[in-house]
Amino acid sequence: MPALALPSPGAAARRLAPWLLPAAILVGWQIAGSAGLVSTRLMPAPLDVAAAGWRLAETGELWTNLGVSFLRAASGFLIGGGIGFALGLANGLSRLSDSLTDTTVQMIRNIPHLSLIPLVILWFGIGEEAKLFLVALGVFFPIYANTLHGIRSVDPQLVEMGRIYGMSRPELFWRVVLPGALPSIFVGLRYALGIMWLTLIVAETISASSGLGYMAMQAREFMLVDVVVLAILIYALLGKVADLATRRLERTCLAWNPAYRSA
Amino acid sequence: MIASTLRRFEGFAPATPARPRREIIDREAVRETARNGAGLGLTLRGLSKSFDGDRPVIDGLDLHIPAGQFVAVVGRSGCGKSTLLRLILGLETPSAGRVAVEGGEAPRRIMFQEPRLLPWARVLDNVAVGLSRGGPAAERRERAAAALKEVGLAEKAGQWPATLSGGQRQRVALARALVSGPGLLALDEPLGALDALTRIDMQAMIERIWRAQGFTALLVTHDVAEAVALADRILVVEAGRIALDVPVAVPRPRRRGDPELAALEGRILDHLLDGRT
Repeated sequence: MPALALPSPGAAARRLAPWLLPAAILVGWQIAGSAGLVSTRLMPAPLDVAAAGWRLAETGELWTNLGVSFLRAASGFLIGGGIGFALGLANGLSRLSDSLTDTTVQMIRNIPHLSLIPLVILWFGIGEEAKLFLVALGVFFPIYANTLHGIRSVDPQLVEMGRIYGMSRPELFWRVVLPGALPSIFVGLRYALGIMWLTLIVAETISASSGLGYMAMQAREFMLVDVVVLAILIYALLGKVADLATRRLERTCLAWNPAYRSA
Repeated sequence: MIASTLRRFEGFAPATPARPRREIIDREAVRETARNGAGLGLTLRGLSKSFDGDRPVIDGLDLHIPAGQFVAVVGRSGCGKSTLLRLILGLETPSAGRVAVEGGEAPRRIMFQEPRLLPWARVLDNVAVGLSRGGPAAERRERAAAALKEVGLAEKAGQWPATLSGGQRQRVALARALVSGPGLLALDEPLGALDALTRIDMQAMIERIWRAQGFTALLVTHDVAEAVALADRILVVEAGRIALDVPVAVPRPRRRGDPELAALEGRILDHLLDGRT
């Protein structure tokens, strides 16, 4: 179908279509604010929020807080995700490791990790460790569970084929088991990214002296509603960015899978 | 289910299964003349296999297959024909008896009903799985490309398996089995999942490649017509033993619908149906 390959007005429209609704909401909101239909004290208009963003960007406050939050999210994700991935691999490949650890992990998994906040504050105060610990713990479970599931659901017929053709154990892992587990690992990655932001924002809102969550809480104290709304909009953007990055990674790594091939 | 999957992974074989353990296979001096010197001869002596102490699936089977012969194994479901194939390939350990392979170190390959291609590897890389590890990459690619050409899929080398039809995938699996120049090719219902016309094409392709390369071929099939069309010799397996061992003396190339073949097919079908209890 050559028509699909050519950039046509239809293709451009399809690219813009997902952004129509957010743009319409912004415009409607602005009109409602300017016309006085909504109290700007409780719900500032988009232009006011943009102005607040500009102000905070100029003083550098926004970038500092954004950077702090990003670093916390990334390091917590790497620690928790790394441990979850390693343990998922170990338990998927070794029955001994699985019987030693899986029951324990499943028990801990049923505790909502945010319920540990009081304990974590007692242990670590409101320092960086508290946030890292919570993010790592939240991210650990989806990565662990999906890595394990992915490895266990690798087609045993392909594993047998690899053995018949004389693949060594490491070769079997790199060429058959890991690629087979990858789609499931990506599902875990997406879940984990969502949990990462959620955990970080909650932790920063409750106990922090910097970061986006802290910025929003400070603004509430001074009734700076525009900054509160700004923080919320930034969360939405960050979520979208994380989602886009995962999608791109999936399309590269899972190009063989018709379900992930780009249209 | 989970435990069984794990057991499979624990069972990762570090050794090359193409060369099974010495105690199972001892290379006797059974002299046979191979067509192109490429085929492996097989001698089975008192071969038995039972799983978990049950009634044996293969029961004291004796058989000799000369190098280069095309043998079809037919039988009802559960008669043990697939187990026989797996024993010969060294994928199962016999409970008693042994399989002796004669004629050298050429690899033994098997093709299943499912193509079992790696979905995440391009067609050419899937074929290259059949080559032994090591050696220059350029040469490996060249050999894989030649095998692909042999099955008529040269232009599909860069595609993902998901984009191929069922018949094309099975041809890639055939190329993978052939790329290492095997001395024995076992075919476990390889055409069972294909439509009738694709089957006929594939049968012709397998026969042509077998005649050109001279490996020993062992075809397990439900389809007696397919067995009669392709094989030099047909073995009917019943309850783990060989119930009938018939040569097919019709010269090649064989014509579809040949009365002699039809008569033979009828005889074997009668035998299979009479064996019903």
